Amino acid sequence: MTALRRFFFLAVGLFLALPLIVVAGVSINEKQTLAFPPQGFSLSWYGEIFANDEWRSALFASLTLAATSAALALLVALPLAWFLWRRVAPWANIFQLLGVAPFTLPPVITALGLLTFWATSGFYGQPWTAVISHAIFFVTLPLVTLSLGFSAIDRSLVEAAATMGADDRAIFRTVIFPLILPYMVSGYAFAFVLSLNEYIVAYMTVGFTMETLPIKIFNALRYGYTPTMASVTVFFLAIAALVFGAIARFGDLPKLLGAMTSDR
Amino acid sequence: MSGLTLSHVTKEFGTFKAVNNVSLSVPDGTFVCLLGPSGCGKTTLMRMVAGLDLPTEGSITLGGEDITRVPTHKRNLGMVFQSLALFPHLTVGENIAYALRIRGVSKDEQKKRVDELLSMIHLPGFSDRSVNKLSGGQRQRIAIARALAISPKLFLLDEPLSALDAKLREAMQVELRQLQQRLGITTIVVTHDQREAMTMADTVVVMNGGEIRQAAAPVDIYRRPADSFVADFIGSTNLIPFTTDGKGEASIFGSSVAGLTLGTTRSGTISVRPEDVQIVPSAESSLAGKVTFVRDLGGSVETFIEAGGQQIVAVSAPRSRPDVTVGQTVGLRFDPETSVVLAR
Amino acid sequence: MRREAPQRLADYGPLVFPAGMLIVFFVIPFATMIAVSFFERQQGGFYEPAFVLDNYGRFLSLFFGKVLGFSLFLAMAVAAACVAIGVPFTYLLSCASRRVQIWWLVVLLSILSLSEVMIGFAWSTLLSRTAGLTNLLVMLGLMAGPQALTPSFGAVMTAMTYQALPYTVLVLYPALVRLDPTLTEAARTLGASPVRAFFSVVVPALRNTILATLIMVFIFALGSYLLPQLLGRPQHWTLSVLITDQAIYQSNMPFAAAMAVFLVLVSLALVGLAFYAGRQKEAA
Repeated sequence: MTALRRFFFLAVGLFLALPLIVVAGVSINEKQTLAFPPQGFSLSWYGEIFANDEWRSALFASLTLAATSAALALLVALPLAWFLWRRVAPWANIFQLLGVAPFTLPPVITALGLLTFWATSGFYGQPWTAVISHAIFFVTLPLVTLSLGFSAIDRSLVEAAATMGADDRAIFRTVIFPLILPYMVSGYAFAFVLSLNEYIVAYMTVGFTMETLPIKIFNALRYGYTPTMASVTVFFLAIAALVFGAIARFGDLPKLLGAMTSDR
Repeated sequence: MSGLTLSHVTKEFGTFKAVNNVSLSVPDGTFVCLLGPSGCGKTTLMRMVAGLDLPTEGSITLGGEDITRVPTHKRNLGMVFQSLALFPHLTVGENIAYALRIRGVSKDEQKKRVDELLSMIHLPGFSDRSVNKLSGGQRQRIAIARALAISPKLFLLDEPLSALDAKLREAMQVELRQLQQRLGITTIVVTHDQREAMTMADTVVVMNGGEIRQAAAPVDIYRRPADSFVADFIGSTNLIPFTTDGKGEASIFGSSVAGLTLGTTRSGTISVRPEDVQIVPSAESSLAGKVTFVRDLGGSVETFIEAGGQQIVAVSAPRSRPDVTVGQTVGLRFDPETSVVLAR
Repeated sequence: MRREAPQRLADYGPLVFPAGMLIVFFVIPFATMIAVSFFERQQGGFYEPAFVLDNYGRFLSLFFGKVLGFSLFLAMAVAAACVAIGVPFTYLLSCASRRVQIWWLVVLLSILSLSEVMIGFAWSTLLSRTAGLTNLLVMLGLMAGPQALTPSFGAVMTAMTYQALPYTVLVLYPALVRLDPTLTEAARTLGASPVRAFFSVVVPALRNTILATLIMVFIFALGSYLLPQLLGRPQHWTLSVLITDQAIYQSNMPFAAAMAVFLVLVSLALVGLAFYAGRQKEAA
């Protein structure tokens, strides 16, 4: 059984790793050609991300978009999740559905909808439209993590605080907020990383005025290959691994993803 | 040599020894209870007998065959889990017949056996019902029937009655014991409830800290506990330190007690059950104490006495309740017959 | 703090901002898109508010039918492959130690967050003639000469499975990790080998979860826009590709909107179907 399990994990692991290994190999290729195994060794393509004007501004655009839209998504999700937990209001669940919809539907739909909206309203192409678009698209992530977080709060804690004299405001500040904070952080982190990598919504809303890194890579794929594409991929993968690794290190990752309190 | 034998079995999780060098012999057809507090290693021990965990050291033999490394599904035993683990997607009949189905028994044979077992557990006609909507007691019995379907050589139960309410639990204890005696099947039950162990078992195995403290018949465990842990765990007791002089006459709380000879050990602890503590007028005994509390429970009367810096509890039946008041000085008398010298 | 219905008007306060945002920036765009699907396309790529069914009429063409059929087929194949790999994998993962679980979850989350562009790039590289798998095989002496494995149906299918697999595992994870471990232990004590126990106890007990996951991965795969373009020939292009093509390059927004609406309806119908099927099973 253990042998079978080991083999299965190895096979899946290999499947997941193979394309990334090749990309990593390509990213350190000396010349500007697509070759594997790599001929010559050079880390210059990693430097390109920061040295080259175009790539650098794309990186900056991506990071800014991710940071702001994730924050906005959190801002939308928090009061909603709080309201649904605090109040009995079945009709309000429609908003939860609306919160989950953009992400579970095919992204093309949301992208197209937003495109028509911005085009019709006349704001098409302005950078801030991308922030709102991404925020709505990714609101599901903090919403789901926060719902999970709120449902994990033992109500008797809140009741105990009330018996000791805390009013609603104080309870939120001293009991609920600290308990919900890890879920806020993880929701933000998920939205951040996904926004960083998101292509189609960004493309459809501001693709012609502003280049995020995924957009730039796609354009590079069409118009001219450069190993910087590979180094960006590895770079983004590293960022994601770092962020999720940090969450795992400081938080309870299995619990955040749906496990009950760990007892292994 | 038939029956189950555990020989120097140890289970380590990293540096933690959950089971430490346990040896036990369970004769064919007997009912054994592994009893102890949470974390004492009883469940780990049972899981090794079932093959769900492998021992770090030691061996397990069943009916003369070494089964230490045999995988669970080849051991042909029957096990009831604390969670009952009834398959939610199968009916009552399908649950019970599962082991038979795995072994390729014909559909007709399966049906026959299922009906047989259902009538044995007093649930005839339940075969096509869903297991999800039944009561706790019914689910309990179905779990038992499922485990016994193949008439296994060994019947294991891990805290089987813990999910039931008190009254049902008491009834099930008796039923389980009667079932076992009727089928004559070697049975091991893990429990933390000493009343349960005393009711059902031929042999009670008291465990603590991964080791067996004592394995004996229930009455012997009660009357002759091996050490202070067993004495305190089973029922309640008074643990009293004593010293002896050269001639074996005991001194308790500093006073020599006439007529109480406890062998030749220099010092140690005796265990005296509350019902064996006699309260006498203070003049009649060299051991004296002050009554601090009297608890009348209706069916029995408990008298709390402070003597020699510790609390002694005496229990008596209502008819023979001692005529004392709180604050009164009384004498205590222990009978050497019922004062057990403890190993440690 | 008991859960209670909102008492005063102020109690609705927290709901204002999220509700507002969602209505303005999701519901309205969505409604706009539906409206546009009925508009009339003008020359030069503009469109005029109207109510015509021309756009939906184009669905009846053979071309559209073929693309739709292929999209559904591809999504189904990917969903089936992902669930077939994902269920045993996630089950084994849920049995593993906490450290192993965390390690794998970080890996899966990192790959999941990777852009479709980058996955497309990675796979097109892996399957290319100059820098890919075949080069590796040539180096190991297992192949005579390097070959381009893309564009092809296999390439699209593999890359889409790659993209959807982490998603599948994370969707299955909560259910599998909460599964009662004593169920498989009981099956083993009753004589089932671990593999037999998996198929006769775990899989049936999670029937509904598996079905729900299939649907979710299906919808996820349906939305794949870049991979069919990067790794497939035009005959491998899906509905999503067609939608963006029409919207951006052909400047035919109304038609694109119509197709998008259609895609939504298909997705919703599937979700409804799964829900209904789940209800039927419970009633039985």
